[in-house]
Amino acid sequence: MELRAERICKAYGGVPVLQNVTFTAGPGVTCLMGPSGRGKTTLLRILMGLEQADSGRVVLPAGCRWGAVFQEDRLLERLDARENLRFVLGGAYREDAASGLLEQLGLGDVGAKPAGAFSGGMKRRLALARALLAPADLLALDEPLTGLDEGARAASVACIRRWGAGKTVLLVTHMPSDAEALDAAVVQLDDAAPER
Amino acid sequence: MKRNEKTPVRLWAVGFWLLVWQAAGMALGRLWTGGHLLLATPLSVVMRLGELAVTAEFWQAVGWSSVRIFGGFLLASLLAAALAVPAARYRWVRELLGPPVAAVKAVPVASFIILALVWLDSGSLSCFIAGMMVFPPVYLGVMEGIRSADGQLLEMAAVFRVPPLRQLRWIYLPAVLPRFRTAASLGLGLCWKAGVAAEVIGLPAGSVGERLYTAKIYFQTPDLFAWTVVIVAVSVLFERVLLKLVDHLAGKAGR
Repeated sequence: MELRAERICKAYGGVPVLQNVTFTAGPGVTCLMGPSGRGKTTLLRILMGLEQADSGRVVLPAGCRWGAVFQEDRLLERLDARENLRFVLGGAYREDAASGLLEQLGLGDVGAKPAGAFSGGMKRRLALARALLAPADLLALDEPLTGLDEGARAASVACIRRWGAGKTVLLVTHMPSDAEALDAAVVQLDDAAPER
Repeated sequence: MKRNEKTPVRLWAVGFWLLVWQAAGMALGRLWTGGHLLLATPLSVVMRLGELAVTAEFWQAVGWSSVRIFGGFLLASLLAAALAVPAARYRWVRELLGPPVAAVKAVPVASFIILALVWLDSGSLSCFIAGMMVFPPVYLGVMEGIRSADGQLLEMAAVFRVPPLRQLRWIYLPAVLPRFRTAASLGLGLCWKAGVAAEVIGLPAGSVGERLYTAKIYFQTPDLFAWTVVIVAVSVLFERVLLKLVDHLAGKAGR
């Protein structure tokens, strides 16, 4: 599924955050990279339709479905890992798929522990599992690897490769090594007007 | 010292004041032959309560008033919750409902009772008045609860296209139920006080309020106290049962 952002502009209080951002993303991983404050999260929110751009447009096929890892974990903290997945997946929840992914992300032994009792890294991985299992065409992953140690980071990258296959994945990351590991196209949001 | 710390009711303190009450009643009785008409002793109240409790009329009166007052509570709670949903969503609904809610809160309950007697028969009075008392706290509590639901979770649910019923169950209910609990507890106490006051003024046949009024007219002071004890007991019982139910639901919803 192809997504096209055309000359997206956004400013907050007169301060421009995004200026003429144009890029196209197709199936596979596209990394949005750039220094802090360059509007990577804002861009994802505009693409998902959660915010309006000041100008420009987003071209998406009708009826496409998003899955997302937000900047915050946004988990139901009193529910355990599987219940958090069921909340999003409903009837599409499959125990074997959920167990397999949780195992690969190092969350195989969390049992009925509520998500609120998870460490920061565990919450991040659960949020990633939720996005990867969702019946989505496009995935918006806003720094899903933040706070993960080396092993968890590698496992998460492997899961994004495997479970994101065939989907259009937009990944916000600071690490060029993540883009390399995922064979990702890179959209650089920096001081120069981004164009790709 | 901690502020707002709830002081528990101690048995020894209750016993002390019952003894004071008993001594005062007995002293009044000795000082003046009609003293027992002014203040019945706790013992005479308990004995009268025992006599009343074995009569069918007693339970009929308790049942009659309970059905109407609790019915008013339930109907008003349902209406308040139903109106709180659009009010939480739309500013114009909040603005529209603001004046009547403020009016219900500000107008003395006695004025409402007299007004309602003009519009309604005395049998429906306690139901209506109880509902009027419970509507504002439940409406405001549920509306605040809905508005306090976690916006980030709602946004997440919208992105993942989580169906509204599942959002209601797992995001809205945990936010609303604690506020509904506080509002219902406050409202239930108010609606019993106001409901019985309405019965005392409207005098519907067979109600607790009518019994209370009759006891006053005939200087049956032990009856007056006994019925008051019954009103407090029934009010507390309803509150306990309702709060247990809400706690059970809140436990399930928030889990």
